[in-house]
Amino acid sequence: MSDLQKTSELHSMGVAGLAAALAAREVSAVEAARHFLARIHAGEALGAFVAVDDEATLAQARAADARIAAGDAPALAGVPIAHKDIFVTTDFPTTAGSRMLAGYRSPFDATVVRRLAEAGTVTLGKLSCDEFAMGSANENVAVPAAGQDRAVPVRNPWDRDRIPGGSSGGSAAAVAARLAPAATGTDTGGSIRQPASFCGITGIKPTYGRASRYGMVAFASSLDQAGPMARSAEDCALLLSAMCGPDPDRDSTSLDRPAEDFSRTLGDSLDGLRIGVPAEFLGDGVAPGVRAAVDAALAEYERLGAKRVAVTLPRTELSIPVYYILAAAEASSNLSRFDGVKFGHRAAQYKDLADMYARTREEGFGDEVKRRIMIGTYVLSHGYYDAYYLQAQKVRRLIADDFQQAFAQCDVIAGPVAPTVAWKLGEHGDDPVADYLADIFTLPASLAGLPGLSVPVGTGEHGMPVGLQLIGNYFGEARLLNAAHRFQQATDWHTRAPQGI
Amino acid sequence: MPLQSSDITRIAALARLRLAPDESTRMLGQLNGFFDLVETMRAVDTAGVEPLAHPVAAIGDIALRLRDDVASEPDARDANQRSAPAVERGLFLVPKVIE
Repeated sequence: MSDLQKTSELHSMGVAGLAAALAAREVSAVEAARHFLARIHAGEALGAFVAVDDEATLAQARAADARIAAGDAPALAGVPIAHKDIFVTTDFPTTAGSRMLAGYRSPFDATVVRRLAEAGTVTLGKLSCDEFAMGSANENVAVPAAGQDRAVPVRNPWDRDRIPGGSSGGSAAAVAARLAPAATGTDTGGSIRQPASFCGITGIKPTYGRASRYGMVAFASSLDQAGPMARSAEDCALLLSAMCGPDPDRDSTSLDRPAEDFSRTLGDSLDGLRIGVPAEFLGDGVAPGVRAAVDAALAEYERLGAKRVAVTLPRTELSIPVYYILAAAEASSNLSRFDGVKFGHRAAQYKDLADMYARTREEGFGDEVKRRIMIGTYVLSHGYYDAYYLQAQKVRRLIADDFQQAFAQCDVIAGPVAPTVAWKLGEHGDDPVADYLADIFTLPASLAGLPGLSVPVGTGEHGMPVGLQLIGNYFGEARLLNAAHRFQQATDWHTRAPQGI
Repeated sequence: MPLQSSDITRIAALARLRLAPDESTRMLGQLNGFFDLVETMRAVDTAGVEPLAHPVAAIGDIALRLRDDVASEPDARDANQRSAPAVERGLFLVPKVIE
């Protein structure tokens, strides 16, 4: 490969292609890292990154090159990826998008970060996200973007006046803009699937408990899951295989389920695959352009041998209040650790200890985080716990049971990821409930702890990308990735790049 | 019944959160907007339904894992205190609590 070809092709290569080129020594890890770092610096206006450190990245790349030269390189040696700034890292600061953690440096790496490093990946930097992963638009960011002197919302590479989705919006924007071949994300109520859909990339959230939560800044512990975001299902399978596995000493909710090679069954036939389409996912609230793209994708699946089956998830709308009660309750508990004592921000002026806590938290948290802490504190407080928190946990079980009934009739469930395409920056204004309502199709699988994937299937209103959501039964990740991969072999939506990229 | 401004004051105190007066007013409206959505959930008949905490418990028992009660961590005091706002001789400093 000539040098010219190398530079023009590197950023359109995915994880699988880069891993092969690195192993064959057609390109070095340092060359790959330099190429993407240059693109990251040139693409700073997107606001996708919040921490970039060329020297830290190049040091990791040199180590990868040494292992490749020594002939003992792991599968992903030298493949550059970027991490959502929810994962703690020793080589880069970690902020979770919050003033509360501005400048924080973790003494350890998150398990997911460590596992990916052991697989050979090189870290390009940290990606912007909504503060503590609370948001659907990546507008709730309180720390400056890399190369900028202030906090900015992340912009969607397909239309820079639109949001990229959230909370893993920096991850989705960076992958779509070819600033990184792949990124990590986290999904509590849709935060991998929805930005993947809005930015035209592929992303998967595994079964709750598959990926360790150790070192993920905690938002809602019974919902948070890590997952990969990349352009193809093949790339997601490679990364997810490295990310998942039991972490019994570090995460008490991690499942004792061995690591799995999710690439193994990518090429399996879809003949006879039963795709359940819930009536509730294609109601009046779905934009016509989104519905048309989803219908076309389902027709493509039928051509690939799958069968469409009607199923019902009757409590879909209830997932909004249930989720926002449970997630807020868990957030209010998790975020009580931010008190200005052991790490993070501390108010400069205060009267006594209690006043220091209250002022520190007033200054350190943004509006959405405060709202959720308030909701969570209220629903857990004496006299309201049964009516709100416990009731939400009971309805959560009913929602999970509905899925099991649906899976008696189908192998995977399909529908839109979101009712609309990405909206304009600021469009939801000061109305948090508008954001909550837009989460309707991702929340049910989150509450049930099921794996969910978004695969690009076309464009809807304003030419913006549309993702098809595929939901699997527990531990059905391989089936989802197989279904997405076969779709991507038959179509080219996942290879399309935004204009000017 | 909608929340009153006195509820906001009480919840903020429980949450150790100081709210400016205009923030408090805005919060009241936004929380009441949210709790309108919650009414449908409260009306669901859940008699006899067990609450679900670990979602995978929907298909089988999930036991919370315990590990042996032995010290396993190396000393990482310096690294752990590196991002603390105020530290002296290895101790976290807080404002005086006892007069």
